[in-house]
Amino acid sequence: MDKEKNEQITFKIQRYNPEKGSEPHFQEFIVTSSRGMTILDGLIYIKENLDSTLAFRTSCRMAICGSCGMLINNYPHLACHTQIEEFHSSRLTIKPLPNLPIIKDLVVDLNPLFETHKSIKPYILRHDDKEMENPTAEFTLSPQGLEAFLQFTYCIKCGICISACPTSASDKFFTGPQALAQCYRYCADTRDEGEMERFSVIDTDHGVWHCHLAGACSEACPKGLDPALAIQLLKRQMVSRTVGLGKKELPASTVPPNTETKPKVPFPDFTVKGSK
Amino acid sequence: MRQVQPRQNNLGIGGWIWAGNYKLERYLYILHRVTGLGILLFLLIHLTMTTVFRIQGQETWEATMSILHNPWFKFGEYLVVVALIYHALNGLRLILQELGFLMGKPTPPIYPYRDSLRKKRRWTMAMIGIIIILCLVFFYDFISGGW
Repeated sequence: MDKEKNEQITFKIQRYNPEKGSEPHFQEFIVTSSRGMTILDGLIYIKENLDSTLAFRTSCRMAICGSCGMLINNYPHLACHTQIEEFHSSRLTIKPLPNLPIIKDLVVDLNPLFETHKSIKPYILRHDDKEMENPTAEFTLSPQGLEAFLQFTYCIKCGICISACPTSASDKFFTGPQALAQCYRYCADTRDEGEMERFSVIDTDHGVWHCHLAGACSEACPKGLDPALAIQLLKRQMVSRTVGLGKKELPASTVPPNTETKPKVPFPDFTVKGSK
Repeated sequence: MRQVQPRQNNLGIGGWIWAGNYKLERYLYILHRVTGLGILLFLLIHLTMTTVFRIQGQETWEATMSILHNPWFKFGEYLVVVALIYHALNGLRLILQELGFLMGKPTPPIYPYRDSLRKKRRWTMAMIGIIIILCLVFFYDFISGGW
């Protein structure tokens, strides 16, 4: 697509309005696209100029918030992160993310995702309640310890992995790649000791063992998170604990208080009016 | 304000049968399930034949065998062998990878992203290579045995 040449792109969008009680149907819009234009730009153009009733969710427009996940030409993408040009087609079919309930048009209900995410306790769990309630210092974390889970902390909870997962398609009670990857993120954290509490949640018929490694979640993830890797490492960790292999290390202790205190940097005079 | 329940949108069985633009492992996943079901179906037919038909006497048994001695059933038998080879070797790959072997370690996601399955695809390709060789060997065996 030349910079000067503007192409006419047909957006075939799935519409669904529960208040009118109609079945999902398709509606076509013609959008003039230019170089660098994203799918989201096209949708915003439609909403502003062609049909203001079109519903879609968006916020940051830079693949940070995870709001605009949708099925574009039968593959889940973030609309803000996908350029029209990528498809080399003058016709785009846009549907809401599958395997998540539809609220309206392209807006899906992410509550099932948030609920399963909450169920795996996505926070540091420790047995020393005293320290947790009244923290005296931060827990130590080595650079190597951080590397073991850093990749999995970039999850933006967009739901794309769930819509790509063939197991989530056929089992709506499946914990899902998002929650399982986050489960591993916390289980691999050296500061955490809540492994057994989380294992009891995911060691079920609809839990971690229902992942059959299709790898679609990792392929589709817009943040390069690799949930499939996290899930397999989680299985490995669970098997290791069950058969007694792999030493469980003690959770990281708190950082010893710093004895050397640096002199306080004087407050700059020029920023605060009237300071001495 | 009227409360409206969200509409369920699970793809169901169609969601695992249709892989669309996804890559190799997604197709291997479908094939693994399909071959598993095929082997199960064969086992049920095989058990029915060797038990129910057999106890009905020599005549029934021989009549069944004469039906089975035709090239189409031989080809069907070959497909069962192919399904068994695929299911066994892909199953072995899955066991190893699901236990965290041949998967690599977490790495910082730097664009363009490459997931661990793509990074370690040579193992998958090696598995496919072995499957093809075994299928050819068994094909030769079936051909030389006479259809």
